[in-house]
Amino acid sequence: MSTKVVDRTPLTFYERSYLPAILSGLKVTARHFLRSAKGHNTATDLSQGYYPEVPWTVAEGYRGAPYLVRDQEGHTKCVSCQLCEFICPPKAIKITPPGPEGIPSDRANAEKMPREFEINMLRCIFCGMCQEVCPEEAIFLQKDYSLTGTSREEMIYNKEKLLSLGGTHAGIQKWKHKLESAQHQEVFPVKTH
Amino acid sequence: MSNPATTTPAPAPAVPPPVEKIRIKVDGREIDVPKMMPNWQGKLEPTTMLQACHMAGQEVPHYCYHPKLPVAGNCRMCLVEFGTPMIGPDRKPVLNEDGSPKIARSVLPYEPQTPRGAIACATPISPGMELYPNSPATKQMREAVLESLLINHPLDCPICDQAGECKLQEYSVQHGQSASRFVEEKVHKPKAVDLGPRIVLDDERCVLCTRCIRFTKDIAGDDALGIINRGSYNTISAFPGRAFDNNYTLNTVDLCPVGALTSKDFRFKMRVWFLKETKSLCTSCGTGCNITIGSREGVIHRYEPRENNAVNGPWMCDAGRLNYKWVGRKDRLTEVQSRGQRTTWATAIKEISERLASATPGSTAIIASARQTTEELYLLKRLATRLGAVTDSVPRAGNADRLLVCDDRNPNSQGARLTGITFTELGIQLAWIADGIRNGSIRHLVVFGEDVTQQGIGADLLGKLETLIASDILPNATTARAAFVLPGCAAAEKRGTFINVKGRVQRFEKAAEAPGDARPEWEVLHELVEKVTGSTGFTTIEGLFNQMAKDVPALAGLEWGKLGDTGVTVAI
Amino acid sequence: MDFIRYLDPTVQFMLFSAVKIVLVFAVAMTGVAYAVLVERKVSAWIQDRVGPNRAAPFFVHYLPVVGPFLTKLGIFQPMADGLKFILKEDFTPSYVRKIYFWIAPAISCVPALMTLAVIPFGSTLGNANNPMVIADLNVGILYTFGIVSLGVYGIVLAGYASNSKYPFLGGIRSSAQMISYEIAMGMSVVSVFLVVGDLNLSKVVAYQSGGIHEWLIFKQPLAFFIFLVSAFAETNRLPFDLPESETELVGGYHTEYSSMKFALFFLGEYAAMIGASAMMVTLFLGGWTPIWGGAPASSLLVGLSHIVWFLAKLGFFMVLFIWVRWMLPRFRYDQLMNLGWRRFIPLALVNIIITAGLIALTHK
Repeated sequence: MSTKVVDRTPLTFYERSYLPAILSGLKVTARHFLRSAKGHNTATDLSQGYYPEVPWTVAEGYRGAPYLVRDQEGHTKCVSCQLCEFICPPKAIKITPPGPEGIPSDRANAEKMPREFEINMLRCIFCGMCQEVCPEEAIFLQKDYSLTGTSREEMIYNKEKLLSLGGTHAGIQKWKHKLESAQHQEVFPVKTH
Repeated sequence: MSNPATTTPAPAPAVPPPVEKIRIKVDGREIDVPKMMPNWQGKLEPTTMLQACHMAGQEVPHYCYHPKLPVAGNCRMCLVEFGTPMIGPDRKPVLNEDGSPKIARSVLPYEPQTPRGAIACATPISPGMELYPNSPATKQMREAVLESLLINHPLDCPICDQAGECKLQEYSVQHGQSASRFVEEKVHKPKAVDLGPRIVLDDERCVLCTRCIRFTKDIAGDDALGIINRGSYNTISAFPGRAFDNNYTLNTVDLCPVGALTSKDFRFKMRVWFLKETKSLCTSCGTGCNITIGSREGVIHRYEPRENNAVNGPWMCDAGRLNYKWVGRKDRLTEVQSRGQRTTWATAIKEISERLASATPGSTAIIASARQTTEELYLLKRLATRLGAVTDSVPRAGNADRLLVCDDRNPNSQGARLTGITFTELGIQLAWIADGIRNGSIRHLVVFGEDVTQQGIGADLLGKLETLIASDILPNATTARAAFVLPGCAAAEKRGTFINVKGRVQRFEKAAEAPGDARPEWEVLHELVEKVTGSTGFTTIEGLFNQMAKDVPALAGLEWGKLGDTGVTVAI
Repeated sequence: MDFIRYLDPTVQFMLFSAVKIVLVFAVAMTGVAYAVLVERKVSAWIQDRVGPNRAAPFFVHYLPVVGPFLTKLGIFQPMADGLKFILKEDFTPSYVRKIYFWIAPAISCVPALMTLAVIPFGSTLGNANNPMVIADLNVGILYTFGIVSLGVYGIVLAGYASNSKYPFLGGIRSSAQMISYEIAMGMSVVSVFLVVGDLNLSKVVAYQSGGIHEWLIFKQPLAFFIFLVSAFAETNRLPFDLPESETELVGGYHTEYSSMKFALFFLGEYAAMIGASAMMVTLFLGGWTPIWGGAPASSLLVGLSHIVWFLAKLGFFMVLFIWVRWMLPRFRYDQLMNLGWRRFIPLALVNIIITAGLIALTHK
């Protein structure tokens, strides 16, 4: 219907002998070869050296390893909603929810935080789905790209490690504001933890 | 009041009585619906618009309506635009030019341009009526109602246990708006209120549908809940000085369409979308409530009732619902043992079958448990027939209540009776077996799933036996003295059937893997029976059930595939 | 060294042959190792990369200027590569046919090295009785073709023994490709021998010893061209590397191999390249003769210079092999067969007929 068949221009005998392709190939490769042989190289031209000696400048918006962050008051932001665990394509995240007996949360009004939060960095593909899905702005892909360990167990980062690596991210503190708003209304007495 | 557990599940009459039908139109499509339909108590009442839409394949969103509860009509979510045939001054229908009856759309009395909806859950249909469940006006009404319900909602889905099975979430996706227009400060209400021993209430999430109030008053018969305060400050509350504590409180958690009432037991345990749902049965009493097991990676997280109007309706008791934690206990039997040494199934089964096969006929006794599946009891009976063994099982009695709980606390007493493991009464042979051991006529005892030291066969008697073979799930005094210990499976870890006190044959599926060496008893028994009797059998539970149905007269004609999810009633 | 002269001639021959074999083998092995380095370095430079520039034994750090320069060129990389191959886990998958799986790498490697036996890599080292060729066979070229044909068995066997789909496809492709191009290759050299009138490779070199204008590349350009392209196909090099074709067959016949067994395939491929290059040098580029021509050497120094000439020409072809790999894309399978059967074989036949005709006309 809407497909239009366009005939290929038939090749000339000279073209069919492969010779023009070979010659132009030779030209291109020779140009690059000579340029490199003279010592020019994109990497060295840009940063005067190679990776391990000259550390790489991490670009803005780079997606490295995901870590958990704390809010400006030092509280765990994660509320263990497990959306990241659900979305994670390689199933690298494993969250142990607090359960009925667990510690509720280290800040007032949030009710919940993970008992354990593990990311298997061997599985993680740094796709950023966890960051995108997080309703609490508690997990961010940060700039670490070179993660090493001497065993598989070592590459499974637990909550403590993720929090210490993640640092602080100042957010809107919605649970705190909800609590303040509730206290302000005084219609129902607010329970304090 | 309808009581699904106590009404006799009568077989469907061969010829249904003629049903009076009304012709209406739903979304322009003509459909005949019965004029009367059963209400929540089973009594016939005029068919509602919601039921008619359902029959036409159009689901009307609703919060307060529940088919098994009295209609309240207070959430307004089910508003539907409709029209009725116009009647002229001469009391005759007004006709269009093409001869079809002219329809008057419902409008506001003094504002004929504005459509006026009716709550579909409580408005009966009339002949010639037209329903518009997908009209722009209906959609607008739904959006407005939903927006109004969400005004004071805290939007704390990340910490809400209902997230994933929440009607507010579902309807917000279907009928909601992407942004809130509410600029004032939300009204805050009490959070994490301790309503009763098993229930937590979050008043901010509540949409005041009153399902919980109606359930506990009209179904559970414990008028414990009510609404206090006025307007925006409406809150659900237990009556002052009373805890919300009866044996059916957790049903309100299922009923609650939002996350207001949540289970303390399931609180913050696992997000519901991770749970694998397995159709199973409650094993706590003879009623055999249908349940759905929610498990993740082999760990059982909750039981929920599964609707079966012939057995439990949509309800189940709290005791049965919470009776799952022993399945994951750390001290479960996980090793096959032969005289205290760990061994393999193959070795153990070989040794046991040799012992039993060489035993003098009549010198063996088998004590089975009415907590085992019918198939397992059937295999034990076949073993007993071959060995000339005396068999019995152990009764377990409790107090019945008026809704679901049964005085027989064994889930499969009827299975034990029908397969011939016991006679009319469970446990009447136990004393005879004890005497047999005492005087030496019984030398071998096979115990499945019971602790016989609690049943008059004490440690001294067990010591006199030549062979004691015990299979159980958890260790007890009998397994401690057994020569052969065979670790078994909980019902949630195997497949099979139970027959409830009313003769309902129901099957259940496997939700989790058994720990360690533990295997479903029917597999073990099947090998044992094959070795002892020499007759080959089946390797699947389906084949075993069908074989049993051929051999056991009461189950004649049944097939595993025909049981369905809700079971079949047999004469007992 | 005088005692050698007093030895029995047979013993002398055996002694010299043994020394030559060891030397040729050593040079060929080193050649393979450094061919890999050249391959990596050339490819890197063509693709604007850096290539190996790090591996260095610890003492190199103490050398001023030279040390860092050699390191940057990757001179020590082949040692590291070799060490790595030896130290890697030699993994044999459970599903392979073990005996064939184990002998396939050897079968693919040995024939490649054996072709070098008949190549005259120099004239003499002053003693006319001791030519610089391991086996001066009268049927040298037939021997070569016979041995080269064996190389395909290693690959087919590897493909069959791996018991896995990609190696299997690679093995099948390889057998079809190598059999096809052997015909074209064999036919292309027929005209060369028509001109020379002898199958002994030393005689072929002697025929061309008059200088660059005597080289058969100018007398038989078509034969050279067909032989060159067929050599690419026979060694499974791009643009004819269909048996390996990383993009579609993972690694072709050596997908399931690791460690030293994989290294043997690698070694076989580069040894085959050296063998094919040596053949082309001998047949078309005058062998060990300098461009101005020359008789067999009468002194040690001239003899050594002849070997250098041979190695230089060999090096030219090696670089050509490598360069082409990074220049041309892979042929499609039907194109490959088309080229072999419908272009080269008829062309080679025509070439034979014309050459024979010309010889018949000019020959008295």
